[in-house]
Amino acid sequence: MSKAKFKNPVVKWIDHRLPIFSFMDHELNHYPTPKNLNYFWNFGSLAGIALVTMIITGIVLSMNYTAHVDYAFDSVERIMRDVNHGWLIRYIHMNGASFFFIVVYIHIFRGLYYGSYKAPRELLWILGVLILLLMMATAFMGYVLPWGQMSFWGATVITNLFSAIPLVGESIVTWLWGGFSVDNSTLNRFFSLHFVLPFVIVGVVILHLVALHRFGSNNPIGIDVKGTQDTLPFNPYYTIKDLFGLGVFLTIFAAAVFFFPNFMGHPDNYIEANPMVTPAHIVPEWYFLPFYAILRAIPDKLGGVLFMFGSIAVLFVIPWLDRSSVRSSQFRPIFKIFFWILLADCVLLGYLGAMPAEGIYVILSRIATAYYFFHFLILFPLLPYIEKTKPLPISISEPVLSGSSPASAFAFREKK
Amino acid sequence: MSTKSKTKKNKDEGKRDFLVVSTYAMAGIGAASFAWPLIDQMNPAADTLALASTEIDLSSLEEGQAITVKWRGKPVFVRHRTAEEIKNAQEASIDDMRDPEKDSDRVTNEKYIVLVGVCTHLGCVPLGQKSGDVKGQYGGWFCPCHGSHYDHSGRIRKGPAPTNLAVPSYEFLSDTLIKIG
Ligand code: HEM
Ligand code: FES
Repeated sequence: MSKAKFKNPVVKWIDHRLPIFSFMDHELNHYPTPKNLNYFWNFGSLAGIALVTMIITGIVLSMNYTAHVDYAFDSVERIMRDVNHGWLIRYIHMNGASFFFIVVYIHIFRGLYYGSYKAPRELLWILGVLILLLMMATAFMGYVLPWGQMSFWGATVITNLFSAIPLVGESIVTWLWGGFSVDNSTLNRFFSLHFVLPFVIVGVVILHLVALHRFGSNNPIGIDVKGTQDTLPFNPYYTIKDLFGLGVFLTIFAAAVFFFPNFMGHPDNYIEANPMVTPAHIVPEWYFLPFYAILRAIPDKLGGVLFMFGSIAVLFVIPWLDRSSVRSSQFRPIFKIFFWILLADCVLLGYLGAMPAEGIYVILSRIATAYYFFHFLILFPLLPYIEKTKPLPISISEPVLSGSSPASAFAFREKK
Repeated sequence: MSTKSKTKKNKDEGKRDFLVVSTYAMAGIGAASFAWPLIDQMNPAADTLALASTEIDLSSLEEGQAITVKWRGKPVFVRHRTAEEIKNAQEASIDDMRDPEKDSDRVTNEKYIVLVGVCTHLGCVPLGQKSGDVKGQYGGWFCPCHGSHYDHSGRIRKGPAPTNLAVPSYEFLSDTLIKIG
């Protein structure tokens, strides 16, 4: 590590014994980053900030929350009415969960579009899918805590999914509940896990970043960095770009918190849980709707559960399903079209998950589910045999510097 | 000589392997036996198990009426069936049912059907207990969550639920008093 760059004697003294400042200087200051990143590369740092926001507001909420079936609902109402700034803290936490998912979903689709999951970033991608799974578990358990009708019945329906497992299903469900229905034991353990899982996420995020810094970011044209002419030091170029993006994000987030705090929630969750009465129409939080639609599309209980978990499991293996060596969709004309179809398909699944499971909605759910799996399991491996990819530019700096399209950059190389 | 020392060495290696393997095995057993209490603590506790029975007085339950009581945190349905409902339940052909069961195997006293009011699909509480409720195509209960239809015996006839509504273990303490659990 290059030495003696710190003037402050205290920093110098510490760094000699604990090279934390050298480490940060190396990973955050000089860290060479492709110079052609667009705004879709903001969403990683936004996700990190969302996670920190959730942890801070969560710790504060826990100071006023009571995890007991008789008090949970009232304690959340007390947070809303009596605790100083409680309404603000809770609305940030509640909407923060939604925005966290928005950011992470954009981050994932960015990866799919630009082929960021391909070698040598397979583990980076897998760690990302693992983070998604942990987030889903955390958000699911968090939603149970206010102990409203949707909390209770969402928890009942989702934990009952495990009863589809042959032979041991029922025992697993009883074990998850700690009783014979979703009850006080369930609420307590969910609170405990909801508190701790975000810190597990922090651990996986650190691994995600270590894997990222091994080869650095992918970029919109998906070719490897060839040398310093292709990169910029992270600071100040991307620190400032990330901060600008953060400003925009916070503006939208604040608008939601202050003006539409319940827009993404469900009014039934302001009715206290009643184990004797199921609400007429149970829907999960919006970020689970596509998966819920897949669950309901399959007419068999075990089959539905397998397809739902399969829809996430398949994400773990896409680095090996996609056999094309070209990363970015910019050079894959057919892949690009199908990317947009996949995005539309996921949005459609989300819509269908919110609709009652009957008539045309069921049929559409089946078609959309079939497409989802077709995309990853059949299209990904086969497309490279049919698709003629566009020629790749020689380097990142070339199309950027000449300001020309990648195709002409290639023509330039041909001439040479 | 050389062969002798070689076999000696092999013997030592074998001994060492045995020690390594048995150490791993013991450590494995130790870890598993420490993990078990941590896992098993999540199963129902003794007091949860102890709360496991409820008595219901049926004397004021008129024909055609139903009541719901709470047992182990779940609703239990008791319906005082009309003569026609009993006839329906008994005469329905069980051959093409998903979970074929005779009505007589599901009741102690045919007038009263006692069921765990939890849909066997994903655990919602079916409608049909109150007079104004939707009761589904077979007149028994209807689960609005994903559309399961149950008949007058609580058997699944249509929809995604895999099995009939469960019959809890219960006994008649007198003509109109039952103990569930
Ligand atoms: C990955 C990060 C997290 C996510 C996605 C998340 C998600 C959620 C969600 C969706 C709710 C329900 C909000 C509502 O409808 O009221 C909730 C509630 C809650 N969370 Fe979190 N949470 C996270 C981190 C944390 C952390 C780290 C803590 C504590 C250290 C925490 C403590 C709480 C508490 C006490 C509640 C109940 C109060 C309430 O409902 O507003 N959360 N969480
Ligand atoms: S829970 Fe009753 S039909 Fe799904």
